[in-house]
Amino acid sequence: MFSNASNFVHGVDKAFLIIGGFSLFFLVSFTGIMIYFVVKYNRKRNPKATQIKDNTLLEVTWTTLPILLVLYMFYVGWQGFFPMRQVPKDAMQVTAIGQMWKWKFEYPGNKESDTLVLPINRPVKVNLVSKDVIHGFFVPAFRIKEDCVPGKNNFSWFIPGQLGDFDLLCSAYCGVNHSYMSAVVRIVPQDKYDEWIAALQVKGNDTNIGHSVLDKNGCLACHSIDGSKLVGPSLKSLYGSTVEVKTNGTTHKISADDEYIKNSIYDPDKDVVTGYPQGVMKSYKGTITDKDVQLITGYLKTLK
Amino acid sequence: MSGNKKNEYVSYLEHQGKYKGIFSWIFTLDHKRIGLIYMYAIIVLFSIGALMGLLMRIELIAPGETIMKPQTYNGMFTVHGIIMIFMVVIPGLSVVFGNFFLPILIGAKDVAFPKLNRFSWWVYITGCGLAIASQFMQNGPPDTGWTFYAPYSTTTGSNVIMATFAAFVLGFSSILTGLNFIVTIHQMRAPGMKFFNMPLFSWAIYATAWTQLLATPIVGITLLMLIAERLFGIGFFNPSLGGDPVLFQHLFWIYSHPAVYIMILPALGVITEIIPTFCQKKIYGYKAIALSSLAIAGVGFLVWGHHMFTSGMSDQARWFFSFLTFLVAVPSAIKVFNWLATMYKGSIDLKPPFLYALSFIFLFTIGGTTGLLLGSVATDVQVHDTAFVVAHFHYIIFGGMGFAFFAAIHYWLPKMYGRMYNMKRATIAWGINFVGFNLLYFPQFILGIEGMPRRYFDYLPQFQPLEVVSTIGGFILIGGLIFMISNLVQGARKGEIAPANPWHGTTLEWQIPSPPPLENFDEAPIINPNPYDYK
Ligand code: HEC
Ligand code: HEM
Ligand SMILES: [Cu+2]
Ligand SMILES: [Cu+2]
Repeated sequence: MFSNASNFVHGVDKAFLIIGGFSLFFLVSFTGIMIYFVVKYNRKRNPKATQIKDNTLLEVTWTTLPILLVLYMFYVGWQGFFPMRQVPKDAMQVTAIGQMWKWKFEYPGNKESDTLVLPINRPVKVNLVSKDVIHGFFVPAFRIKEDCVPGKNNFSWFIPGQLGDFDLLCSAYCGVNHSYMSAVVRIVPQDKYDEWIAALQVKGNDTNIGHSVLDKNGCLACHSIDGSKLVGPSLKSLYGSTVEVKTNGTTHKISADDEYIKNSIYDPDKDVVTGYPQGVMKSYKGTITDKDVQLITGYLKTLK
Repeated sequence: MSGNKKNEYVSYLEHQGKYKGIFSWIFTLDHKRIGLIYMYAIIVLFSIGALMGLLMRIELIAPGETIMKPQTYNGMFTVHGIIMIFMVVIPGLSVVFGNFFLPILIGAKDVAFPKLNRFSWWVYITGCGLAIASQFMQNGPPDTGWTFYAPYSTTTGSNVIMATFAAFVLGFSSILTGLNFIVTIHQMRAPGMKFFNMPLFSWAIYATAWTQLLATPIVGITLLMLIAERLFGIGFFNPSLGGDPVLFQHLFWIYSHPAVYIMILPALGVITEIIPTFCQKKIYGYKAIALSSLAIAGVGFLVWGHHMFTSGMSDQARWFFSFLTFLVAVPSAIKVFNWLATMYKGSIDLKPPFLYALSFIFLFTIGGTTGLLLGSVATDVQVHDTAFVVAHFHYIIFGGMGFAFFAAIHYWLPKMYGRMYNMKRATIAWGINFVGFNLLYFPQFILGIEGMPRRYFDYLPQFQPLEVVSTIGGFILIGGLIFMISNLVQGARKGEIAPANPWHGTTLEWQIPSPPPLENFDEAPIINPNPYDYK
């Protein structure tokens, strides 16, 4: 009756059924009673109300029974949740990195992937980290969700029980492209997984360090390097070109030199590129060092 | 305008004070006029907010961009949330009907501090002005959601400082109003009116006022910390400055959960007034209802963690907050039992206020029981931060507080203006609102369980059919609201003259003429020890 996409589906869905069942029972009873009274004691049919006395026994009963009932429901919920915090010792480890607006998954051996590929029936612990703001690691089919909070080491774990692709969504609001921050969880047989992980590139082999600075800081979510327009203007052929910007409401032309690139990163709302909204790009003062800005600028020079 | 020509008196609407025209409203010290100017402001703000809600629904009718850009959408749900929460539902019933009727219900001439009351309104309007201004200032509307979660809120380039400052100012208005009502209830009751002789709406306002007074300073300080972090880089919340983002969530919800009770307790109070009147029956379980208000307010202070089950809190905190959340459901259930018992063997008059009260019970039950699913940790893991939450809080605050507001206005409008609205149109509008509301929000429970996150500008194609149903519901609801409001406005301005006690109620407001005279009671009111003394 319950799917076995993960080992938690059973506990969670059971809680849904039990608590939802009681809820439905109360809703139907209250509504039924109201309709019955409205018909039966309608003023036309019952012009004079009958005053009744408070009954302490009745009140004690309808206080005690709900208390027992909610305690039971609490227990069912806790029972479904408790295993989510008990990671088996032999679980394999993966790190999910949330960053505006892209998921990355780090595997042992310094390997990195955009898709979370996992072998079936093997417990996996996912360490949750964030590079910027809070993101939510949410796989609806597995009934798991836990936030990636910057500065904290949260985790989630599960045992996938079904082959196939599942949606991974960001559940915690994280800015303009929040609703596009999704990825795929791909559950494969163990041998396929072994093949896949063996073929996965070791990261840090990036030919250009400037590019990885952009990547690491999430710039590429808004800026393309191939000329296409995303949230912000493309960085292709930017360096050395003339850009039309708005400064304090007045439009003027400015040449995209080192100084301009630096200002764009540290104080993006000062000169706003025409046709793009203000306030979308945040200032990276404090997060990106001068050294990194130089690396970025150096890299932009090569993007002709 | 007077409905009671036989004994000559001057109603508060006709009374000529020091000021003329609009100034006789914004400089008034009369609690009734202050209640009305709060109401006008709230209706305008609610209409703006509801329109934004509809625009978001139109955007969501199809995947991809429909009528606006992602950044616009994000600003829209933030501003919609800020308006609806901080300016409409938190002050809501308490400032409108609390102001107008609390003094009358306890036999007083006014609130304890009329000047403070007027000042609270000015502060409120200032806060609203600031919040509206934040939409149009340089860096674009705030885009953090009304929850202002750090570190997004401390780093985004949009107009966060202005919006948080507005919420801070609005908080002051709320604190001062709470203080005023507490003192009013303690000091201004008519001779012979003991605490347990008060109508239950006053009890609800009393419990609410304590929550306002005690909880609001916490959000005030939290928002100031946020502003300080943005302006001076003080690391309270941003981990790259040595802060803790989860600390923000704790501080925010320590206030914002009790804030839910600030909105809903007066709503429960309104329903408790309406049911006996339209059943012509003594309220069942007076003490249980009065004390359950205090219980809800008290335990409500200790459940905030249920908004943070997936934030990485300790396991102990997770079960503890889940446990307390389940407990707080009990006093709410007790109220429903008492209402149903009050209807038993009553003589039920199915007029618009009572229809709204019945639909309140239905919607509040759905909102409350889905709250159990959010309070249970296992199920919350699935539905936290999804459309399920959006449906849940709309059922509680719109289906609950909102419908209670509609109930209250249909109940008390003849007293406030001395005129009656068109009953048939009001009933039709109620039907449209009820159908539209459920069509708009019920599908979102299912969407949430299926995994549609909230605050999503775009979504996966499998979610579309239910999103379309929801948007259709949105249109129906907005239509119903326009119809309802126009009927009420027409009633208040040109409706038939209403008798002083059109519903045959027993509480004190029905013993004085409509609209009431300036100081409510021309003769000292006679206090019946049982406020619901139906024969
Ligand atoms: C949220 C989306 C977003 C992110 C993330 C972002 N930017 Fe931007 N960026 C924009 C937008 C929108 C503009 C145009 C408006 C403006 O000038 O402020 C812009 C403008 C710029 C410009 C000026 C471009 C031109 O055509 O003149 C540069 C350079 C730039 N960004 C670099 C960066 C770097 C480097 C990063 C990463 C550290 C980054 N951006 C991250 C949205 C973003
Ligand atoms: C009393 C009335 C209402 C209240 C108190 C209310 C409150 C709220 C709140 C607090 C939010 C959350 C904002 C956020 O997540 O930051 C919200 C979101 C939303 N509301 Fe309302 N609202 C009301 C009426 C309406 C109406 C009438 C509509 C539609 C016609 C509507 C549609 C929406 C939509 C579409 C969202 C966005 C959901 C999302 O993307 O996460 N609301 N509302
Ligand atoms: Cu996100
Ligand atoms: Cu809460």
